[in-house]
Amino acid sequence: MSMLLQVRGLRAAYGQTEILRGLDFDVGKGAVTALLGANGAGKTTTLRALCGSIRRQGSITLDGVPISGKSTEEIVRLGVGHVPDGRGTFLKQSVENNLKLGAITRSDRQGIAEDIEKIYDYFPILKQRRSQQAGLLSGGEQQMLAVGRALMLRPKILLLDEPSFGLAPLVVREIFGIFRKLKEASGVGILLVEQNASLALDLADHAYVLETGRVGFSGKAEDVKNNEQLKRSYLG
Amino acid sequence: MELFAQQVMAGLASGAIYACIALALVMIYQAIGHVNFAQGEMATFSTFLSWQMMQWGSPYWAAFVAAVALSFAGGMLIDTVVFRPIRKASVLSQIVMFVGLLAILNSLSGFIWDFTSKPFPTPLGSGPLSGFRFMGMHQAAMMAITALMLVLLYCFFRFTSVGLAMQAAAENPDSARLVGVRVELMIALGWGMAAGIGAVAGIMIAPIVFLEPNMMLGIMLYGFAGAVLGGLASPLGAVIGGFLVGLIENLAGTYIPAVGAELKLTIALAIIIVVLVVKPSGLLGPRHAQRV
Repeated sequence: MSMLLQVRGLRAAYGQTEILRGLDFDVGKGAVTALLGANGAGKTTTLRALCGSIRRQGSITLDGVPISGKSTEEIVRLGVGHVPDGRGTFLKQSVENNLKLGAITRSDRQGIAEDIEKIYDYFPILKQRRSQQAGLLSGGEQQMLAVGRALMLRPKILLLDEPSFGLAPLVVREIFGIFRKLKEASGVGILLVEQNASLALDLADHAYVLETGRVGFSGKAEDVKNNEQLKRSYLG
Repeated sequence: MELFAQQVMAGLASGAIYACIALALVMIYQAIGHVNFAQGEMATFSTFLSWQMMQWGSPYWAAFVAAVALSFAGGMLIDTVVFRPIRKASVLSQIVMFVGLLAILNSLSGFIWDFTSKPFPTPLGSGPLSGFRFMGMHQAAMMAITALMLVLLYCFFRFTSVGLAMQAAAENPDSARLVGVRVELMIALGWGMAAGIGAVAGIMIAPIVFLEPNMMLGIMLYGFAGAVLGGLASPLGAVIGGFLVGLIENLAGTYIPAVGAELKLTIALAIIIVVLVVKPSGLLGPRHAQRV
């Protein structure tokens, strides 16, 4: 399996507090990689470091291109779609404009229009609400919109920050169903950060368990799932 | 009745001035979320640039276009050099910078071009508009140009992807970066556009008030009142607000004896206060519902 994203020795800090202390991990093409771990282990920080929202050290390559020195805007243009913590909805814009914003770096009008329809197929509720102000959507709908917005980029890799957070089980099932579809059909690599370990491990091929800024354990998703001690110590 | 019609026309004419400058204020507010107190002095400086070019023999429209283009570049430059380094500073620091910029540009205009009033040409002459006794040709042209700018701005924000990206950058810069919007460029563009609109406003206003470094001082207050009345986030609101302020100012000055000519400026301030107390988002401000 060729590696889409390679991370070596990733370090990041907020002020004096070191959060990431030399992370190594990979994400394969068309594969789902889960980053698990307790609160404060550095999961969200890892995603922020990957897309350049915070200062970081270490080497990050996407499809062979080093991106660790690039700005967020450049990294996004190289095909990194991010579903951020807090969903990042443009609350004052319509649902459809939010999707258009996801494709703001593209110029193929035809393709953008087709992709918007594709997102509406994934999440029909968004089609019903296409001209509504996005701030009026429910949490679950905003999460769908955030996923749709990231997909509008036609990303090589999708970074998902706790997509199940605060959502009703039915909505979680719907959204994870779409992730499964993406994994099978589109060949996009997915890096999934989740608190809900069993949910993540059902979807993931590979998992890394973070422990205060380092990789504590890594392996196939099944192995992590069947490791009782690991489950007790880190995953609750 | 004659007097009333005359005052309404005069009100609309000065309203067009306020609408012009209010439009520039709204533009910068859209881009950075603050009101630029130096907007008036920037416009004055731009107007001096066009005046200087005309002194050097440039035809009116060439000087007009060149001044607007230079102002656009100058606006982007001011943002990059002065405001970009303090982007994350508190609102108060930014306001101090706006006021500082105001003082610097005002003095600079005076230093280069001195403080005497200079007549400024109009493109269409100052005669009356045929068929209207109370409306000058220049006032009519000013209204037309304000309307044109409004339509262009509307189309820009509504139909272009740069316009959409600019709104996204203003609303949620972090999220905008994550979809690939070049946020700093969008802010600089906003400054450039505001400066360009300000230049048009200054060039339109100068024939009426005569060109001198302080020409925008009073007008800015009315422009503020117009922008606040219409809603700082709405270009259409700013233009309507500008015209309303012009009307209110003239009618109150004529019909309320206590106001007269001396207290006209007070009306602008009163409008600002009343709007901020009663309806802070203005007449056409966004009615964004928010989930709680």
